[in-house]
Amino acid sequence: MAIETSKVEQQTGDTFAKLLLSHASKWPDRAAIREKSRGIWRTLTWQELSNEVAAIAAALQARGLARGAHIVFVGDNRMRLHTVMCAAHALGAVIVPLFQDATAEEMLSPLQMTQASHVFAEDQEQVDKILQLLPRCPAVRCIVYDSDRGMRHYEQPQLIAYPALLNEGRETAGAGRDVTFNEVARGTGHDVAAVFFTSGAAGPSKGVVHTHGALIDRARSAAKMDGLDETDVALAFLPPAWIGQNLFAYAQPMVTGSCICCPESADTLFSDLREIGPTYLLAPPSVFEAMVARVGSRIDGSGPITRVLYRACMSLGKSVGGRVLSGQPVFIGSRLMYGVGGPLIYGPLRDVLGLSRVRAAYTSGDAINPEVLTFFRALGVNLKQLYGTTETGFFVTMQRDEAVEPGFVGPAAPGVELSVSPANEILVRSAGVFKEYLHDPKATEQAKTADGWFRTGDVGSIRADGQLKIVDRIKDMGTLTNGTPFGPKQIEIKLKQSPHVREAVAFGGGRDTVCVLVDIDTATVGGWANKQRISYTGRADLTTRPEVHALVGEVIAKVNAELAADRQLAGLQIARFAVLPNELDADDGVLTRMRKLRRDVIADVYRPLVDAMYLGQHRAMLQSTDRGSDGPTVVADADVVILDARTFQASQTKSAA
Amino acid sequence: MMDMTPFSTSTRGFAIGEPILELKDISLRFGGVNALTKISFDVREHEVRAIIGPNGAGKSSMLNVINGVYRPQEGSIIYKGQRLSGMTPPRAARMGIARTFQNIALFKGMTVLDNLMAGRYLHTNANFLEVALQMPRARREETRNREAVEEIIEFLEVQQIRKTPVARLPYGLQKRVELGRALAAEPKILLLDEPMAGMNIEEKQDMCRFILDVNDHYGTTVVLIEHDMGVVMDISDRVVVLDYGKKIGDGTPDEVRSNQDVINAYLGVAH
Repeated sequence: MAIETSKVEQQTGDTFAKLLLSHASKWPDRAAIREKSRGIWRTLTWQELSNEVAAIAAALQARGLARGAHIVFVGDNRMRLHTVMCAAHALGAVIVPLFQDATAEEMLSPLQMTQASHVFAEDQEQVDKILQLLPRCPAVRCIVYDSDRGMRHYEQPQLIAYPALLNEGRETAGAGRDVTFNEVARGTGHDVAAVFFTSGAAGPSKGVVHTHGALIDRARSAAKMDGLDETDVALAFLPPAWIGQNLFAYAQPMVTGSCICCPESADTLFSDLREIGPTYLLAPPSVFEAMVARVGSRIDGSGPITRVLYRACMSLGKSVGGRVLSGQPVFIGSRLMYGVGGPLIYGPLRDVLGLSRVRAAYTSGDAINPEVLTFFRALGVNLKQLYGTTETGFFVTMQRDEAVEPGFVGPAAPGVELSVSPANEILVRSAGVFKEYLHDPKATEQAKTADGWFRTGDVGSIRADGQLKIVDRIKDMGTLTNGTPFGPKQIEIKLKQSPHVREAVAFGGGRDTVCVLVDIDTATVGGWANKQRISYTGRADLTTRPEVHALVGEVIAKVNAELAADRQLAGLQIARFAVLPNELDADDGVLTRMRKLRRDVIADVYRPLVDAMYLGQHRAMLQSTDRGSDGPTVVADADVVILDARTFQASQTKSAA
Repeated sequence: MMDMTPFSTSTRGFAIGEPILELKDISLRFGGVNALTKISFDVREHEVRAIIGPNGAGKSSMLNVINGVYRPQEGSIIYKGQRLSGMTPPRAARMGIARTFQNIALFKGMTVLDNLMAGRYLHTNANFLEVALQMPRARREETRNREAVEEIIEFLEVQQIRKTPVARLPYGLQKRVELGRALAAEPKILLLDEPMAGMNIEEKQDMCRFILDVNDHYGTTVVLIEHDMGVVMDISDRVVVLDYGKKIGDGTPDEVRSNQDVINAYLGVAH
C-alpha cells in the first residue's frame, strides 16, 4: 500500500508530498506526528503517515479532488487534519485553512472565492456551518469530517467520515497506487500549495497564494538558522489558518523530519506542553504572557522562603540570564550565583512551564512586552522575536541567539533582502514572498513591485547592524494637528505592559491630542479589586468603579511620564481616556481572529464615545446596536465616564517615575 | 445557532422502543403521610422521560422507589417484562439503573479520574488479592476500565480536569462529573435527580446538551426530575406531572402544557 519511495528519492524535495515520501524511506520508524487522545499520546511514524496519506489521497481522488482544486480545512490541529492536508498535497490540490472559530458567514467568501470542491471539517459544529452555506457554494461536492459525535442523523450525500474515507482508500489502493504516485511525481515547487486568508485587520480579507517552493524555502531558512533536525519536537496549538502555525507545524516537520504533537484540547495546552517538552516553540505573546501570569500567581500563593528565593533569583536572572544565553561575558561571581539558582528556581520553573527542552522559542504576531521577554531569558529559555506577514511566507527577520534586543525583531533571515522605502515602509524580497492575491491581480500589482519587492505596509527602520525595528502599520500612521507624527501602536504597547490592560486603542491622527480607550483585563483587575476589598458584581460594574478609574489613570500617568522623557514623543502624551464597559472580542467584529485591532470598526462602533472624548465631555452614552448576524455590535447600553489623564512637562520626568 | 441544526427527534440515534420500565399503582407512605398515591406510568426504551411537579410533590420519592431506596407499600415495578420485588440500590445498579443525586454524591478528595473509575466498580471482577498483587486479570480489567472512563472524559469534555480533586471544581462541573460517574457503569436507565438545580443559564445549556448527547450516542434511557419547566419541555419526550403525591398529568410536553390540572398546580388556583 505504501507508495514506492525509491523512484521519488532521486528527485529533490521540492513539494511537501515528495518530502513526506523521502522521510518515510529515510526514517520509517521515527515519530512523525503524535496526538493525545483519551489520555494517551498516540504516535504515527513517517512510514505509517505515508501509508495513511496514500490511502486518503486515493479516496479523495476517487471522490473528485483534482490537481489545482481547493480543499478547505476548518478544525483544530489533529492528526487527521494533518493527514488530509498531506493527501491533498500529494494530489496537487491547494489547501485553504480557515479559522475554526469563524462564523458561517465569515467562511462564505473564502469558500466562494476558491470555488473549493472539498472540505475537511473537524466536528458537527463545523459541518453545520458548511451545510448552512452549501446552497450558496454549489462547488462543494465532498465534506470529510473527523469526530462522528452527533453525526449519526446526517444524511447529506456529500458527507463522509474519516474512517470511512480511509477504508475507501484502502480498498481502491490497488488501483489507485500508481495514480497517486504519478500525481506526486507530477508536482513541482512552482505548484500552488496553500491559500491563507489575511486577518482582515486592514479591510476585507484577501487570499494569499503560496507555492510549495516558497513555503519550503522559508521553512529551510528557519531550520538552518536554528539547526533544526529530525530530533526536534514541536507542539501544534495555534489556529491552522495562521501562516505561522502552518510553517512551524506543517512545513517545518516536512523539511526537517521533526515530530509534531497535537494537544488533547485547547484547555489542556499547558499540561500537554509539560508532558511533551518541545524543543522548538512558536507562540503569540499572549501565550507567554499567560505563562508569566501563572507563575506570578503561584508564587504569590507560596511560602515566604520560596517568595524571597524567587525574587532574588529573578532579579539576578534578569541581569545575567540573557547574557549567558547570548554567550556574552558575565562577571564570574554572578555566573556562579546564576549556576546555583539553576536547580533552585530556574530549572523547576522551566520544568513546570514545559520549557525544559526548548532550544529556540519564538514569539510573533504582535509586539511582545519587553518584561515578558526578559522573564523567559532570565530563566534560561531562549525566547526570541521574529517578524513576518502572511504575504512574506512568515519568516522575514529572526533574532539571533547572540543579539536579542527588546524593541527590535532581529536582522533578516537567510535568503531575505530587506530595504526601506522613502516613506519608511519596509520592503521584503525573498523566495518566500507570495505568488499573488487570489483573483485580485490589481491588489497583487500594488503590493509587489516589478522587481519582486513586497510592500509590507509596515513602517520601520533598519539599524546599521541590520536589526529591524517595526513602528506601526503605514495606514495607521498619522499626525496630530500640531504636526507631531503619531503611531497608535507605540502608545498601545506601552499601555499593554501593565497587567491590568488587556487591549488599548489610541486615537490621534488628524486630532489635536491623543485619547485612548482602555479594555481592562477582567481577571487581573478583578483580583486587584478583591485584594483592595472593592466589591463588584461583574465586568461592567468593575469598569465603572472610581477606584478602577484611578488604577487605569496611574497606568496612563506612568506611560505619559515615559513619553515625556523622550523629546520626540513628549507631544504624544495621552490627554483623556475611558474604560470600555465590555471586552473587545473577535465575535463582535472589533478584533481579527488573531486578536489584532480592527481600527476602522472600533472607531465606528465607539464613535459616540470617541466624539465625546474630543468634545471635552465627561460622560458618553453607548447604545447597543444590532446590525444583523455579521455586523459589529456594541454588546449592551452603557454610560461611560471619560477622564482626564495626568500629563508631564517634557523636562519634568524625574518626579513622575 | 441551535435551531439551525438539521436535528429532529424523528432522526435520533435510537428510535424510542417498547416500555422498559412500568410502574403500576405505586403507593408509598411514611407513617400517616401519603408520599405517593397509586401512581402508574411507564418509561420506554431510549426515551427522555421527565418527572415534574411543585416542591413536595413526591418526585424524589418516585426516583427512590425506582432504584430501591424506598420500598412502596403497594404496587409493582416491572423492569424488562419482569416483576421486581425486594429491590435494593445495589440490585438496581447491577440491573443497569444508575443515578445522580440532588446534592452531589462524589468522593470530594479524589480526582475526577478516580471518581469515574469508582463508577466502574460493577465492571470489575477481580478480587481484592488479585488487585493488590496486580495479577493479570486485575491489570486487564484496569486497562479496560480506564479506556471506558477515558471515553467518558472525552465525551463530557473534562480532559483538562482529569487529575483535579473534585472538591476544587465549580458546582456545574461537579454535576457533570457526577453524570460521568453514573455513565461509567454503562447503565440502561439513567436516573437524574435535578441535574440542573443551582446552575446558571450557560451551565444548564451545557448539561442539556450532554443529557441529549448521552441519550443519542449511547441510547441510554433517561428519567429526570427537574424544576425548570423550560428545560424539561425542551429535552423530554414525555412528562409525568406529580402534585401532592398524585399523578395529575402524563404525556408529551405540549399535552402537559395545555393540561388544566397542571396549570392549576403550577400557577395556583382560587379555592
